[in-house]
Amino acid sequence: MNATAPLQQTEKCLLRPGNTNCGGCGMSVGLTMLGRALDAADDSCSLVIPACCGIVTAGAYPTTSYGVPTIAATFASSPAFASGYASVRDLNDEPGQVVCWAGDGGTYDIGLATLSAAAERNENIIYICYDNEIYGNTGGQRSSATPAGARTTTTPTGKAECKKDIMSIMAAHGIPYAATLSMAHPEDFARKMATALSIEGMRFLLIHSPCPTGWKSEAEDSIELVRIAVASGLFPVYEVFDGARYKISIEPDGTDPAEYYRRQRRFKDDEIDLDETRRLCAEKMRRLEVLAQHYPP
Amino acid sequence: MSVQVITGNHAAGYALSTAGEANRTARGTACGIYPITPQTEIVEYVAKFPFSKGRVVPVESEHSAMGVTIGASIAGARAFTASSSNGLAYMTENIMVAGYYRLPIVMVGVNRTMGPPWNIWADQGDTLMLRDFPWLQFYCEDNQEVLDTTLLAFRLAEDNRILLPVLTCMDAFIVSHTQMETTMPAQDDVDRYLPDLDLPHRMHYDEVRTMGGLAWPHEGLSMRLEIDEAMKRVPDVYQECRQSFKDVFGRDPGDVIQTFETDDAERILVATGTMATTAREVVRKRRAAGEKIGLVKLKMFRPFPEAALREACQSARRVAVLDRNYAAGLGGVFWQDTRAAFQGHRDDLLIQNYLTGLCGEDVTPTVIDQILADLAAREGAGDPEWMGIDAGKETLQ
Repeated sequence: MNATAPLQQTEKCLLRPGNTNCGGCGMSVGLTMLGRALDAADDSCSLVIPACCGIVTAGAYPTTSYGVPTIAATFASSPAFASGYASVRDLNDEPGQVVCWAGDGGTYDIGLATLSAAAERNENIIYICYDNEIYGNTGGQRSSATPAGARTTTTPTGKAECKKDIMSIMAAHGIPYAATLSMAHPEDFARKMATALSIEGMRFLLIHSPCPTGWKSEAEDSIELVRIAVASGLFPVYEVFDGARYKISIEPDGTDPAEYYRRQRRFKDDEIDLDETRRLCAEKMRRLEVLAQHYPP
Repeated sequence: MSVQVITGNHAAGYALSTAGEANRTARGTACGIYPITPQTEIVEYVAKFPFSKGRVVPVESEHSAMGVTIGASIAGARAFTASSSNGLAYMTENIMVAGYYRLPIVMVGVNRTMGPPWNIWADQGDTLMLRDFPWLQFYCEDNQEVLDTTLLAFRLAEDNRILLPVLTCMDAFIVSHTQMETTMPAQDDVDRYLPDLDLPHRMHYDEVRTMGGLAWPHEGLSMRLEIDEAMKRVPDVYQECRQSFKDVFGRDPGDVIQTFETDDAERILVATGTMATTAREVVRKRRAAGEKIGLVKLKMFRPFPEAALREACQSARRVAVLDRNYAAGLGGVFWQDTRAAFQGHRDDLLIQNYLTGLCGEDVTPTVIDQILADLAAREGAGDPEWMGIDAGKETLQ
């Protein structure tokens, strides 16, 4: 076995082989795709990661699964740490992106004020939320990204409330770029990463990130699940420029969302109001279509 | 160098800003700032300072103020901030992180009562709440000391033998808002005193390293021990920083413990901040009347200067520890550490705690006289004595 060639490749990887992430983990796919996008753009990055599976991914000191400079931030603070870090990068005219890599707990919940403030200041950073709709690192508790009906350890009979619309919140800040990304559509995913890398200022990317452990789904279903989410309108894939101009990247094809729920044991059939879900999906897509039609890029 | 009549907050803002400016020939300066009474003028001063290579980020909370400051420090900039009271409580998680990341951040803390009830006046309970974190703590009694200690704090924090953050404290309003004659060093001199910061463990944009991920117990333990070793080096390194300060500015920033008339004193007052100023005047007056009393001002609280304190109190039979703070269920914080310093060394020494000036109450010469009278009259040490509580008790009833 030739040990030299794979090692060189390993050093170039943003997420190196040998990490202990779960099989079927969407976050791992997202990190790999971020690494590829940086390579394609001949760019580099430092990661700022709050409490989430993403920092566990690094592994134990002094080794690391990350092939880039990585800083652990407190749960609510990754945009603040990144603001200071990126400021000094800019003061010294140094290259490389500063990327916050955070879960939905750190984004929708505990870090929202910090994120909002960084967006309002238009900090020159990329904020990527890998949204697995759960506090995964702590064993699967509800967050405000958890969809209605999902059973978590803190919503044992299913969550009563709907998922928070973080994209509208971020877009309302008027930041240069906000986009949703689905790993079921890798070309679109890569294109949006490239777009984000080419823009200055605050960029927000939301990745629908399957979590077989938390979703009680099969690892081999991960990509199929997020594909159904896009096709059915459960997870609209779109871009917002300057908080004002909208572009839908992938139109739903009329797929019924029922299959999405059926394949995840976090949902119980009799607890999901599918008619209401279909209505909400259609309503949300209609709203986006109107925005995209009247306020195109 | 010039002499100006300025407030304590102005003195702190000037020290922080000129220290940041002094790093313009290196990686510059950056920090997060957030207002809270009575430290707001400090961050206002910093915000309007025309840094050659710096960025001041006005953020949405104290938690983020320290977060931005940490990020800047990790990137190798000279970094600082300021806060007070509940703001420090809100910032606490990141204050802890700054210490364990071994970042030479300097923070000015204006000692204000923690609420509720809502109260903006002096009380040291806010910064003392942070006593178990890996931060150095200094308590100042006037504007000059605030300015000098804040400058010295950078030199000390950034010394490779220390690499720990420093908190410089002053009493709310009594120092922060009182104008005093203050000698302001020229930028050139600050440049000479504070060399370019070259943080050995700063993150480089092109290296492969993860800061702050998981460490196993034996590694975590070793990191804690390294902090302890750095803390133990502080007294010696402080003296070096003090000497350099004298060389550059021609002024003594003061020792970690400052004694007044302690050589043959039978009764000694141990005090901090502006209480020490008042106590010194009382000692001066009563010395003139022939009483053998003295004062020990604790300037450094972390690391706690145990040996220096014992030495300063050699002649004493009785010690009164004045605490402008209250650790619920126990008593004054300075008293606890003073007792511990003498335990096993001077078991004959009577050490009595006086809780005074809490929640912004005035500590007048009359209060100091009462403390000295109680100290002389008592048969042994007892529970902490609460001073000046009659008026408040009346209202509560």
